[in-house]
Amino acid sequence: MEGDTFLKIEKLSKHFGGVQAVWDVSFSLRKGEFLGVIGPNGSGKTTLVNLITGFVKPDSGKVIYQGKDITGKMPYTIAGLGISRTFQMVRLFYNLPAYKNLIIPLSSSRVKKLRGGEYGERDDVAVDLLDDMGFERDSFVPYKLAGSLPHGYLKRLDLARAMALRPDLLILDELFSGMAMSEVASTLPLIEKFHEEGLTIIMIEHRLKELFRVVDRVMVLNFGEKIAEGSPQEVMSAETVKKAYLGIEVEIG
Amino acid sequence: MAEVEAKYRKKRLDRGIKARADTIFAIASYKEILYLVLPRALPVILLLALPLVLTGYWGKVLVYACVYGLLALSWDFLASCGLFSLGQAFFLGIGAYIAGTLSYYFHWPPVITLPIATIGGGVISAALLSPVVRLRGVYFAMVTLMLPMLFMKMIETTGIFGGTHGLSALKPLAKGWGGTYLVIGVFLVSLFIFRRIINEDYGLVLRAIRDDDRAVMSAAINIYWRKIQALFVAGAVGAFAGAFMTHHYQFVGMSVFALDYSILPVAAAALGGPGTFAGAALGSMILVPLSEALRALSGLRIAIYCVIMILSVIALPEGIFHYIERKYHQFERLVRVG
Repeated sequence: MEGDTFLKIEKLSKHFGGVQAVWDVSFSLRKGEFLGVIGPNGSGKTTLVNLITGFVKPDSGKVIYQGKDITGKMPYTIAGLGISRTFQMVRLFYNLPAYKNLIIPLSSSRVKKLRGGEYGERDDVAVDLLDDMGFERDSFVPYKLAGSLPHGYLKRLDLARAMALRPDLLILDELFSGMAMSEVASTLPLIEKFHEEGLTIIMIEHRLKELFRVVDRVMVLNFGEKIAEGSPQEVMSAETVKKAYLGIEVEIG
Repeated sequence: MAEVEAKYRKKRLDRGIKARADTIFAIASYKEILYLVLPRALPVILLLALPLVLTGYWGKVLVYACVYGLLALSWDFLASCGLFSLGQAFFLGIGAYIAGTLSYYFHWPPVITLPIATIGGGVISAALLSPVVRLRGVYFAMVTLMLPMLFMKMIETTGIFGGTHGLSALKPLAKGWGGTYLVIGVFLVSLFIFRRIINEDYGLVLRAIRDDDRAVMSAAINIYWRKIQALFVAGAVGAFAGAFMTHHYQFVGMSVFALDYSILPVAAAALGGPGTFAGAALGSMILVPLSEALRALSGLRIAIYCVIMILSVIALPEGIFHYIERKYHQFERLVRVG
């Protein structure tokens, strides 16, 4: 086992009925690396996230995290090991105040252990976290029902929920979808800051311009298969990627 | 020129006291203290005074209402984490038979059998239902509906624990008010503890599991373990009610697994307003005496009972307690418009 391999995906495959959602995907990630995952709609990006985080069990292949085989483990076990994710369709507790949403991860045993028994008020920690995410502490926004917040805030609340777990690996599943340009502009520096502080991040995104600004490496999926990997420039100049995105090659017979 | 018709509309104003948080109030006067304390203290005082007033038949009905109240509270607690039980009779029956067996075969007094039946009932309920905590909604409900029937038929055919005759001549509870106040006490304590923990972080997680279990899983919380804990608590409360009934009637038979004990608590919670515990308690305090009062009508009793239930659900789908709570916290007055 290589010393600095943080996450290693080996020949991961999953099909749903007749659809091969992910096929034979392998890649690895060093600690502190920032990987972007792109691909057309239905190319298996979200399934890949679900496979890594345990929400979907793979047909074959392995997920090795910090040298430990976590393939097929329960989602809460994997989250407890420090892999935290956001959801493409935000999953929040809409009839709770925004800051109370963070109480759920904050009351997990992982956070308890990381905080070393020494324990402040969870509510204060939650409001602090939201403040970091741009929910102004002195406004009433953190105390409003999550269900009454606009979409951009919900996305950032979902990010705060993922960060509340103090993850070692953060997986962002189309965080920017549905966000206004200004919201993207204010959220991107946050993610860059997490990365600079040493957090390992996998980011799935359709907004390539923003993505390419922050990632170290990009992986491209199409029809569940990995078709390219490398720096943003390398990937975007690859023939396979151009075909996948623009659909140039249509030769029948 | 057409005459301008005066129009009125209802204006609602919150009566609320300035609250710093959900549980911290800024109280300025006796009036405000009363405003907060009365709705909590009054039902308690009423319930504690009732046994002194009600004797004979209606005294028995009160005890019965408390037993159903405990089952309704237990149902509401399970429902708070998304487990919808149609088998409250199972919890009741397990507790009743544990207490019955210990009392019949070992001649242990209620002081020992009640705690054992409560804890044991909780453990058995949690253990037997733990394989199905992954089921949600109607699937979990189906399993819980079957369990009491399964136990009833097992006792009937194998003849264990007295078979169809049941176990009789069991040790009685303390004479006088003792039994009545025991069940009222446990009922009130459960009510206030449940209302408390559902708003603590622990209860928050339970409610979150009901809303979106995947989001809770991704927050590194073992939702199945939490659900098993909830099953233990709900099972223990139901089992206490059963054990109490066993000693109260000095008899335990297959009837403790009857469908009534499963359905009526759900009806009580639905009528009173689910998710508040107070609603479940209120509902059973209304339904049980109502059902007894209708006994005079013999044949039509169930029919009228059903009509009342249907009408109340249509008229007040939110439940009586939610309605009262809302009205209590609001002024309402007509304001002229136009």
